[in-house]
Formats: sequence, structure tokens, C-alpha cells
Amino acid sequence: MLTVDVTKQLGSFSLQVAFQSDSRVTGLFGASGSGKSSLINLIAGLLKPDRGRIVLDNIVLCDTETGVDVPPYRRRIGYVFQDARLFPHLDVAQNLDYGRRMNRLPRDAAHWQRIVGLLDIEQLQTRRPGQLSGGERQRVALGRALLSRPRLLLLDEPLGALDHDRKGEILPYLERLRDEENVPMVYVSHDPDEIRRLAGHVVLFKAGRVAGFGGIELLPSAAA
Amino acid sequence: MSDISPAEWTAILLSIRVAVVATLFATPLGIALAWLLARRDFWGKAALDALIHLPLVLPPVVTGYLLLLTFGRKGMVGAWLADNLGIVFAFRWTGAALACGVMSFPLLVRPIRLSIEAIDSRLEQAAGTLGASPWNVFFTVTLPLAAPGILAGMILGFAKALGEFGATITFVSNIPGETQTISSAIYALLQTPDGDAAALRLVIVSVIIAVIALVASEVFARHATRRLHGR
Repeated sequence: MLTVDVTKQLGSFSLQVAFQSDSRVTGLFGASGSGKSSLINLIAGLLKPDRGRIVLDNIVLCDTETGVDVPPYRRRIGYVFQDARLFPHLDVAQNLDYGRRMNRLPRDAAHWQRIVGLLDIEQLQTRRPGQLSGGERQRVALGRALLSRPRLLLLDEPLGALDHDRKGEILPYLERLRDEENVPMVYVSHDPDEIRRLAGHVVLFKAGRVAGFGGIELLPSAAA
Repeated sequence: MSDISPAEWTAILLSIRVAVVATLFATPLGIALAWLLARRDFWGKAALDALIHLPLVLPPVVTGYLLLLTFGRKGMVGAWLADNLGIVFAFRWTGAALACGVMSFPLLVRPIRLSIEAIDSRLEQAAGTLGASPWNVFFTVTLPLAAPGILAGMILGFAKALGEFGATITFVSNIPGETQTISSAIYALLQTPDGDAAALRLVIVSVIIAVIALVASEVFARHATRRLHGR
């Protein structure tokens, strides 16, 4: 269960959002600049709210009233960025293993095999990020986030940098993740089709406010 | 080259020791300050930046004299270090290393700072979301990605330390076997009537050391740059 109730002023843009979701995939949908990315940065702890609280599965991540503010590296929230952000000085296997090392988790060969198999990145492990295609990079970024064993996975337009064919290539992996891994996801996109395929709950964003919350029927019917 | 005299060898080895020690001590401090200047905003940042660059613009003799005033036997810091820790800089090779470290510091810091500034801070952010504490982010992302700049700074600093003359001779004088580096040995030889040949040998040696350092840095930098581009 993810509970968010925050306000944040960013220059002239004001974000004021409250919602609660226990869906496996919560879709944040809205136009560019409507505040979706700022919101997941708040959830990840990369931004601090001016006021409000964020609670994940009864763990308070941030509460301006009680002064609780768990730093990003202790939140155990995975983040898949639009631009993958793989570490260029590490190979794919080292990128994948990074979160486990940083969280001092024991090696778990079975978990590793499952994630690597699920994302089809087995054969990429000795490569360097510079030798990967855009789609491969995103799959590795997904694997890297999942292998850090997050309590929640944030995906910020993970397909935004890919062309139409590549998107079609990655979406099935995301559906498998949703169905086979027990990690709730918050999925940000301005593409209603992506959200329709993945999300259970949808939060509609408009100019920093929640314009609607409910099922995928909220999404505009025609493809954007 | 085989007729390099023992005295000349002493100066050569001392120069290398002084430059290596100066670089090794200056590098961690240089990395810390470069990181501060590149990544943090704080009160007095401009003043710190100016202070680091001061040895570059001050006459070396002035820097040497200021070192003597501060780190000499009767200097505030020098007296305290001698009394409490037994560390003496004045007229010792350690003083030469200190002078070289100070003089080469701006050249060491600059490339490191530039390379840290060039690192995409979003990678550091990503490391944070994967559970890396700020300390771990620094050691597992920032430092490896800044490696080419750190190496460039070290080589530049080493080269400067090897050739430093003015501040060193002012601070610790020109004592053979203790503070007489290649530069001050060449200077001393040129003051003696038949020192030309020996001076020339030392000139050749310093050119060779400089070329080796530059080639080594080029090789390392290429390797490091390849790594950084993820290939």
C-alpha cells in the first residue's frame, strides 16, 4: 500500500497530490510537465516535499510533521530512469550486482537467475553499457533495480527514449515482471496505451494536481 | 650517461622522492577539495578557490618565504609540529616535499575538479536509489569516473613538483643530500666554473623523467577514458 499526500513548490510550478494505491502497478498518467516525475522523485527521496507524508506498507518514508525523512539510499525503492543511467565503468554483471553489494545482501543465485532469465539479459553480462542497444540498456536497468530487492519499483517513462518497435519489445517484459515478481510498481507515462497494458490503478495528473483516480477506464480511449 | 656522479645521483633520487611524496600527500587532499569545489556550495567557496590558486600567481620566492614563516622552526605551525609530533620541515627534505606539494597543488586540483564536474550527477543519484550511501557513491561511482582527471592532476602535479625551484630553495635552502633537488643542483652547478657538463647531464635526466611521466599519463588516461565510455 502506497499513501502519498504531499505539496511541493518548484519555481512557479506547484505540485499538490494525494492518493492511495494498493495496485500491483499504479500508473501515473499526464502530459509532460504535469508533475509526474517530480512526484516519483518525492517518493524516491530525491526531492523533499514542502509539506506532507509518504507511507509505503506502513513504513513512513517521509513526514514533514514528525520530521521523518528517510534518505533515498535507505528507502529500498528501485528507480528505473528514462535514460537507464547504467554505470559506464562497470560491465553489465557488475551493474546488476551493484544494489546487492550496496545493501549488503547475501548472494542469491536463484533470484539472480530468475531476474536475468525473465529479462533475457543472460548473454549480455560481460558487455559494457556502451555496447548495448537502447532496449537492452533498459532491460539491464530494470534488472539492476530489481536485484537490489526494492520494496517498490518506480519507472519514469522507461520506454520514453525508445522507438515504437523497441517499446513493443520491452512491454512484454514489464508485463511478466508485474505478473511474476512480487514488487509493486509506480509507472509514469504520457502514453495511455502503455498504462492501459500495465496498470491496475491510474492517477491522472493535470498541472500538478490529481485530476482523477481510478481504473484504466479513466484513460483517453484513442491512442495519443 | 654512465658517468653520472654519486652526488648527481643523490640529487636525482632526492628529486624523485620529494616529488613522489609531495604528490602522494597532495592527492587525497586535492581530491577532497576538488570534490567540495565541484559539488558543493558553501560560504567562503570563492576564497578557498583563490587560496588554492595562490601559489600559481604568487612569486615562488614569496610562497617559500611564507612557508618559512609558517612552517619554519619558529613558525606557528612549524614550532607546534616540531614540539608535539616531532615533524620538522625547515631545511629538511620533508620541507622540500611540502614546498613542492604547495606549489603543485593548483595544477593537481584543477583537472580533478574539472573531471568531477563533468560526471553526470544523475549517475550518482541512480547509485543512491540502489542503496549506496553518499560515502559509497563517492567511492564506487564518483572516484572511478574521475580517475582520468585524478591521474592527469597527479602527473601534472608530479611534473611541477619535480621542477619546483623558487619556493623550495627559499624555504629549505640548497643542501646537498638533504634538500638539493635536480633543479637546485643545476642552479648550483651553473654557479661553478666547470659545472656545465654535470649540469647538462642533469638537464637530460630531467627531460627523460618528464617524458616518461607524460607517456605514462597518456597511456593511463587512454585506458581510463575507454572505461568511462563503457566500452
